[in-house]
Amino acid sequence: MTRTLNLGDSLPEVHVEATPTFVISSAIATRDFQDVHHDRDLAVARGSKDIFVNILTTTGLVQRYVTDWAGPEALVRAVDIRLGAPCYAHDTLKFFGQVVERFDDGVYVVEVVGRTPQGDHVVGTVRIEVPA
Amino acid sequence: MTRVEEEAARIAAAGESAPRLARDPVNLPMVLNWVEAIGDANPVYTDPEAAEKAGHGGLVAPPAMIQVWTMGGLHGQRSSDDPLGAMMAVLDEAGYTSVVATNSDQTYHRYLRQGEHVAVTTRLDDVVGPKRTALGEGWFVTTRNTWYVGDEVVAEMRFRVLKFRPAEKPAAVAEAVPAAVIRPAVNHDTEYFWQGTALGELRIQRCGGCGLLRHPPGPMCPECGATKPTHLVSDGVGEVYSYVVHHHPRVPGRATPFVVALVELDEGVRMLGELTGIAPDDVRVGLPVEVVFTKVDDDLTMPTWRPRAGGGS
Repeated sequence: MTRTLNLGDSLPEVHVEATPTFVISSAIATRDFQDVHHDRDLAVARGSKDIFVNILTTTGLVQRYVTDWAGPEALVRAVDIRLGAPCYAHDTLKFFGQVVERFDDGVYVVEVVGRTPQGDHVVGTVRIEVPA
Repeated sequence: MTRVEEEAARIAAAGESAPRLARDPVNLPMVLNWVEAIGDANPVYTDPEAAEKAGHGGLVAPPAMIQVWTMGGLHGQRSSDDPLGAMMAVLDEAGYTSVVATNSDQTYHRYLRQGEHVAVTTRLDDVVGPKRTALGEGWFVTTRNTWYVGDEVVAEMRFRVLKFRPAEKPAAVAEAVPAAVIRPAVNHDTEYFWQGTALGELRIQRCGGCGLLRHPPGPMCPECGATKPTHLVSDGVGEVYSYVVHHHPRVPGRATPFVVALVELDEGVRMLGELTGIAPDDVRVGLPVEVVFTKVDDDLTMPTWRPRAGGGS
């Protein structure tokens, strides 16, 4: 079931709880073994508040946020993200989105913002193709 | 040309690294680990029927997993012709020792099916700097990855990192002790206010265009759009519009608990400040208050509030 998309449509706000388990399991599932994503002592020693979400996970979350809303028949063509404040363990990452561009061939651009208490963790766009 | 720029030109000129094959072909166990961790419930990755229905002709991998397939892994080492590794080494040597990723732009030309084996190449796009950033002085390094299945390009990524020299920690933060106070950010828009407190004046910003009084200060009038702020001097009396009693966390220069009040001035604007001279339990909305100027040092005088004498009950 694919939804009808209109320019300006807002996506429902989605919250992701970045528990330590989430931060670590997603880092490992994306095969990112950098210590700052699983070892709090080392993360703190390197100047971070805590372990934090890795980029590949952020890309995955942005993709998931859009496809959860657009439906399984939507095809993801691009995910462009700009990273801001780190998303630390114990943060709630809040996602907001809006359809900002539409092309003739069923392609849409959805703008996505993921926000933590520190500020914007990620700002980006997802290009999807929705079969007619 | 700086040495960093010379090295960047040399590395960029070497072009694309040799293709590096992923450890594993696209496979369901790794996809399942990924969708479980990310929380992605899209059935086209796990349910053959749903994948069929969506026109994929079989299970596909999440597009956002493209980089996962070619990650170096737990004991991974960069290949000797990897341009990003080479550029990082150059910048490390130049003293830019920290790194933070800033952009990842991925384009997927098609979905990958189970069993496909991708390989990746990397080339250096550009190196821009040195730039002053909030983190410190650094260089933006942009690389481009291309993923292939055989000769077919299936995905691309533009990836940017900031390689920087960590900024010295500001002394004020290092020396934060309870005896100190948090200092206000004084800038072009707010200096009139702090110049006023030093003179014992509570100044309210006034639009030079339409006369609207406003606080906190800003460069432009929200009413008429004029960018000609002036100010007038308040009588410094008002009443508590709202307040909080702050217990935790500890704040430099303050003994907890203390009261922060939002005071509605007789002139109509509201202003935040510490309310002293009254027990927290006795504070109430509507309490008449007046301003007091507390000199912290030669550079800073803080306006605070106290119950107005003869203010009645």
